[in-house]
Amino acid sequence: MLPWAELQEQLAAALRDPERAPPAECIGPDGARATKRFAVYRNNVFAGLIDALAESYPAVHRLLGVECFEETARRYVSQHLPRSPVLLEYGERFSEFLEQLEPLAALPYLADVARIERAWLEAYHAPEAPALDPGALAGIPAHRAADLCFTLHPSVRLVRSRSAAVTIWGLNVAPPPWASLPPDPIAESALLARPAAEVEVVCLTPGAAEFLAALAGGLTLGEASERARSVHDTFHLTEHCTALLGGGWVTAAHLRRRRTRGH
Amino acid sequence: MSVSHTAPRGPSPDAVPARAGVGLKAAHYRVILESRPPLGFFEVHAENYMGAGGPPHRYLTEIRTHYRLSVHGVGLSIGSAGPLDEPHLRRLAALVHRYEPELVSEHLAWSSHGGAFFNDLLPLPYTAETLRRVCEHLEQVQEHLGRQILLENPSTYVAFASSSYAEADFMAEVARRSGCALLLDINNVYVACTNQQCDPLQYLAQFPLAAVRQIHLAGCATDADEQGRALLIDSHDREVADRVWFLYEHVLARRGAVPTLIEWDQNVPAWDPLAAQAARADRALHACTLQDRRHVALG
Repeated sequence: MLPWAELQEQLAAALRDPERAPPAECIGPDGARATKRFAVYRNNVFAGLIDALAESYPAVHRLLGVECFEETARRYVSQHLPRSPVLLEYGERFSEFLEQLEPLAALPYLADVARIERAWLEAYHAPEAPALDPGALAGIPAHRAADLCFTLHPSVRLVRSRSAAVTIWGLNVAPPPWASLPPDPIAESALLARPAAEVEVVCLTPGAAEFLAALAGGLTLGEASERARSVHDTFHLTEHCTALLGGGWVTAAHLRRRRTRGH
Repeated sequence: MSVSHTAPRGPSPDAVPARAGVGLKAAHYRVILESRPPLGFFEVHAENYMGAGGPPHRYLTEIRTHYRLSVHGVGLSIGSAGPLDEPHLRRLAALVHRYEPELVSEHLAWSSHGGAFFNDLLPLPYTAETLRRVCEHLEQVQEHLGRQILLENPSTYVAFASSSYAEADFMAEVARRSGCALLLDINNVYVACTNQQCDPLQYLAQFPLAAVRQIHLAGCATDADEQGRALLIDSHDREVADRVWFLYEHVLARRGAVPTLIEWDQNVPAWDPLAAQAARADRALHACTLQDRRHVALG
């Protein structure tokens, strides 16, 4: 009789590979090898994980259609079984996987749509954190405002895209009354956050995306604003700060000391 | 002054009333909070509440203030030959600490191997070796959580040539050695007995009903194997089968009323059809309680 560890290894190998027969140990009521019965388990493994991906990536599912999504997801599952029993986290490499699939190269926006959906999921399950009361900044003298650094809410995610991925995502999760896409695809980025109960998604201009990325990287308002203006000369710092603070997307702020020039 | 507990804390006999509960689904969060249906308890899959924050915790926290709770794990892989996933055990302990559920349960099955999670409740042979391993794992879980847990009998599609215990005997031995309680899933009994071509009444006659603290009822799908023999699939996607209701009443008549869960995890229906299944279980529980009282009065 095989030790359980070895038999379990054989069972696991047969679950991963549809071509592999189940161990002869697995029998039906007649004592014969139970191939179709064993296939129920294999089917449960794949169908359950494909469903989990479909649930996490509804827009990708809609864009690819049922059959193509299932085939794609099946390949992903066979290469990337979950590492954790917490399936809320499953599919973290799905966007990279889509990007590398030759047959899907005709849909250059697909991986970015998947990134938005992944960011949405992460924002949904992110830790709670109280927003910074904008009044707390009232005492900051105007000439020091540019030295402020913001700590963004733990749910904040920024997805930068070279395509109209945010519009395409939006059309495919909650179809609006119009049916056509903007005629000239532009580079859209998405800011996702869940400061309270619901995930909020904002489509950002390239300047605002640069600003957010800089703030998230720990730069000051002044530095982030300079970066934003370098890609988008009509960037309005005040307007964006008000939106960030008003939206509850900032949880803390501190002043960075200016370097004094010494000799 | 606080009292320190040294013995594992088990569910006290009346921690959950012997009434029907249902598996909590996100689609029903709002209707539950708005209408507060009269239910004995809700049950959640532990792994669905292992995110850091977000709506699942917001709703569960609110629902918990009004209802008793059962936490049902599907990812500990208690039947594995290898060691338990300790980070996962810590996540479960944190969840149990956060919500203080009246019941905590897991499965006689495995789901992880070699660092991969297979997302299904997979079968194991019933031998002296696996009995020892399952008991070691259960003792580790109960020690870590500081409480008794319930172990659920699986639905099975294959048997193992090397099994030396019948499943009901294996469950009895596990409960006796590890001190765990049992969760009797009657749909799983129906599915496993149909698939193994054995008699569910015989299975139940062997099952240690005195250790049962909770019952599960669910729907199953029908298929056939290569020889055209019935192959039932534990699909949780429809109403409970008539045969399972029959077996349920048979168990209640022998065991007395036990908290009973309706599981409906796929093709999740609107609230009313689900509540109707719970109401049917409640009627059976009520009839069983009346029967018990009559016996007491006559005795």
